[in-house]
Amino acid sequence: MHLAQPVTNKALSNRDIRMAKAATKRRSRRKPATAASVLPQPIADWFDARGWSLRRHQLALLEKAQTGRDTLLIAPTGAGKTLAGFLPSLIDLLSEDWRAQDGYAQELHTLYVSPLKALAVDVARNLTGPVDEMGLDVTIETRSADTSVAKRTRQRTKPPNILLTTPEQIALLLSHEDAPRLFSTLKAIVLDELHALVASKRGDLLALNLARLRKLAPGVRVTGLSATVARPSELRAYIARQPTPDDHVALADVLATGGGVEPDISILEGDDSLPWSGHTARYAVGAMYQAIKGHRLSLLFVNTRSQAEMLFHELWRINDDTLPIALHHGSLDAGQRRKVEAAMAAGQLKAVVATSTLDLGIDWGDIDLVINVGAPKGASRLLQRIGRANHRLDEPSKALLVPSNRFEVLECRAALDAAREGSQDAVLNRTGTLDVLAQHVMATACAGPFGADELFHEVRSAAPYCELDRQTFERIIDFVATGGYALRAYERYARLRLTDDGRWRLSHPRLASQHRLNSGTIVEAPRIKVRVVRARGKDSKRTSFRGGKVLGELDEYFIGELKYGDTFLFSGQVLRFEGMFETEAYVTRTTSSNPTVPSYLGGKFPLSTHLAVRVRALLEDRESWRGLPQPVQNWLQLQDEQSLLPDALGVLVETFPRNDKYYLIVYPFEGRLAHQTLGMLLTRRLQRAKALPLGFVANDYGIAIWCGRDIGAHLQDGTIDLNELFEEDMLGDDLDAWLSESMLMKRTFRGCATIAGLIERRHPGKEKSGRQMTASSDLIFDVLRQHDPGHILLEAAWADTASGLLDIKRLGDFLQRIQGRIRHVGLERVSPLAVPLLLEIGAVSVGRQTADDLLRANFDLLTDADELIDEL
Amino acid sequence: MLELKPERFDLRDYNEQRVTISGRSMIADRSGALYWPSEDALIIADMHLEKSSHFARKGQMLPPYDTRATLMALAEAIDKFEAENIIALGDSFHDIEGPSRMQPEDREILSLLQEDRDWCWITGNHDAILPETLRGHVVNELSVGGLKLRHEPAAGPATHELAGHLHPAAKISLYGHALRRPCFAGNGRRMVLPAFGAFTGGLNVLDKAFQPIFGNDGFNVCMMGHEGLYPVATRLLRED
Repeated sequence: MHLAQPVTNKALSNRDIRMAKAATKRRSRRKPATAASVLPQPIADWFDARGWSLRRHQLALLEKAQTGRDTLLIAPTGAGKTLAGFLPSLIDLLSEDWRAQDGYAQELHTLYVSPLKALAVDVARNLTGPVDEMGLDVTIETRSADTSVAKRTRQRTKPPNILLTTPEQIALLLSHEDAPRLFSTLKAIVLDELHALVASKRGDLLALNLARLRKLAPGVRVTGLSATVARPSELRAYIARQPTPDDHVALADVLATGGGVEPDISILEGDDSLPWSGHTARYAVGAMYQAIKGHRLSLLFVNTRSQAEMLFHELWRINDDTLPIALHHGSLDAGQRRKVEAAMAAGQLKAVVATSTLDLGIDWGDIDLVINVGAPKGASRLLQRIGRANHRLDEPSKALLVPSNRFEVLECRAALDAAREGSQDAVLNRTGTLDVLAQHVMATACAGPFGADELFHEVRSAAPYCELDRQTFERIIDFVATGGYALRAYERYARLRLTDDGRWRLSHPRLASQHRLNSGTIVEAPRIKVRVVRARGKDSKRTSFRGGKVLGELDEYFIGELKYGDTFLFSGQVLRFEGMFETEAYVTRTTSSNPTVPSYLGGKFPLSTHLAVRVRALLEDRESWRGLPQPVQNWLQLQDEQSLLPDALGVLVETFPRNDKYYLIVYPFEGRLAHQTLGMLLTRRLQRAKALPLGFVANDYGIAIWCGRDIGAHLQDGTIDLNELFEEDMLGDDLDAWLSESMLMKRTFRGCATIAGLIERRHPGKEKSGRQMTASSDLIFDVLRQHDPGHILLEAAWADTASGLLDIKRLGDFLQRIQGRIRHVGLERVSPLAVPLLLEIGAVSVGRQTADDLLRANFDLLTDADELIDEL
Repeated sequence: MLELKPERFDLRDYNEQRVTISGRSMIADRSGALYWPSEDALIIADMHLEKSSHFARKGQMLPPYDTRATLMALAEAIDKFEAENIIALGDSFHDIEGPSRMQPEDREILSLLQEDRDWCWITGNHDAILPETLRGHVVNELSVGGLKLRHEPAAGPATHELAGHLHPAAKISLYGHALRRPCFAGNGRRMVLPAFGAFTGGLNVLDKAFQPIFGNDGFNVCMMGHEGLYPVATRLLRED
């Protein structure tokens, strides 16, 4: 059965067709060349001294570069793509042409862009070594928000030859008036880990920046480096300059190297203790510890920070051999992280527990085992992670998958099969977001006056924006200038004004510095520093504390939930919350081993479409069960006897009574986000159908809704019709009505408003706290929705919510797919497959309530507290 | 987990809450206004009209609808209680140039609201000076029916007082969700009203700024939802 792509009957868009045509048009031709003939002496000597020769793709990329072609290099981790990317630049930097320039030592030649600043730092380190050994006279520097102001300022006038940085920094550099001079000498742009960047707002920003750079440095050559992806043509289009008018999509050349040796992946063999639900994998800590002992250096990947903390804590609890096991995640203090990285590189560690901060191509040590804890969520993500082990192509990567519950066993199995076939998740075709465009327009104005025509063409040459229409573009300019409101109240305060020569000019230079303070694409939840303190004096009245070191940063959201005296896991220790002091959370160390505040335990990423298809197929195909652990086989067998098994194309619906409530269980296997949306919409419909829905819970696999009326009987006697309940039109008015009230939409709006520059970003130490910002962006949202419902920022927020947080498209595909394929089974009691779902009740919360729902629930709490928590 | 419990709620129960201030019976409305039946007075605090244009002037283009939204909310409250007397407890405008920046339509709405009503503007720190063109009385402080009405609450254990200035907001946390909304804060002897403006932020009632007002004797809170006004037990309140 071929399942690499989900089955959809969606019509091909124009863009798809154009892309398909373009893909068949050009093929790369390869001319034979030898290392000696292309490498200048110092570099050739360096290769010779190590007994190395150029790999075929490195040579091929060199050829492409020398003929000035934009190229995408697709290679698995460990294939030496980074060196391949820089080699043309190094050769060029040694050339007579470059050295003939005045002051060539202080001219920018190559710009390297990475999704992570840590990766940029790592690559700089890996590049500086060889460059020094070759004795090359080439300057290499990194630039990030951590770089000192003095250095950043100097870099604008006296840049290094090779600058390694992130998309946000490039946007900042481009917003300065001296950008044209700085980038005029630019010859090459290297985009690393491109697959991780393109399908995001940061990818949109980078695409716009690329278009700008091409204008400032005509003839600049772009090289993209990517891990294997399902549809390379989208990345090729991203790299290429898109011609306008858009008769076809331009694609960059592509070079692909085959994968290395097939990875050696296994699933941890479960016994009877395999849990029904939860995400901690606590049951397997002993087995993981043994695996760590049996290898040189193990990398343990988990999906969230709190899972990392938990696992680290559990491993140390049983670490009788005091193995050097470290923790690494994005919330930890940068210094702390650097220490762990250095220890890894120096071979001083036995294991590192990490989140996605270590997913990307960072090369820190001789890892010989990757343990993926919890569900991999996507086939490509798993391959990326596994690629961390044995960073050499001729040896197999070794990986151990540790499912944390029964459903995750199915998912691990599906991911393993996908990995063996080498099939990948698709990176979605993307339309550039408008908030990012607004930020870019403002940045452009900060660098100097611009003509609307010219900028429009430039923006459309960026692949995500190639279908942007002129009217939307004009609305964005209007938004940047005056806020774009239907009530033209701000003409006299306009930030951009049209000059006599028809160009848009910033109305005041102060606006440029305001913009630079507030720009950047990722709107992170406000973060709060966590500082360890010691109480002074005997009584624990929090009058005075002695300051200690900062352990890292936590989401303000998490801190906001804590009361004084709560204990929680962070930085591998159990800490006691002592309170907020200005912008910092003060904590003390405790001896307690059980934190009182459990962290949110769900996974961060929803199950990918591709893996979902595989999981459904696995369930339907009894033959394939044989590869599953015995408890899981028994569980599925029992489901088959007591109810029905979910099938590959349709959807299974179960109903049963339990404790005076009536449950409706749906198993779409479409991922948590789509399920939460579906759960919310179904409860609205059930409410209208008078089934008295009381609540719901959703995970990656299904949804459980509980009702006050016998929903099973309603379905049986036809008072409620399943086909109507799952009708596609629920994505219309119901969705609109719910979204306008939901906190989720407000959060999204806040993100868009910040990126677009409507509200100011928070600055640590000064400015208002993130919470006050939340309040005011909520107020703005309410007022805007009421008085200017067609405003472009509401449009942007809606598009964001629909595509990202709600997975509307996926839900739409699902509803279409299951038409006429809904199977209902009325049961007398809970089914085996429903147990994990019911166990999630109380463990997770759904972030979709409106303020009033919460307040009313609270009123309830005042009157009869016992009744509220009725399940469990 | 989401509890909907639709059968338990009747919105009418949450439209308003009865409160007592030093023996005077009043109605706290879900709009954030306070109605005093025996004086037929509707009292509001901290409208901060023209806050958005103040920001726009500095380059931050907030939606220019806050004045309209605030005045319409006020009109609704006036209609509901058919109040003859309107008392604004200060900071009615975000800055002293606010009145001159009003859109003509908004000016029109305001004068319609003022028609046939006795209007009293108490000055605040944001609007210490109000232009003559604005109809109504302009005072620093007002005594009505045995109560003092002022912008900034007096420090110390005062009683018989209605004030604004502090923008009280309450934060609670339920089901793993923190919720922060403007609120009425009172102790039976005095009350601080929520900010009435569409774009006004709030200050947590547990902030030390409230300490001199209510001391250690505690206070009661009514939180504003979008659809109702809800009394909240003090033990549920959280700091920011």
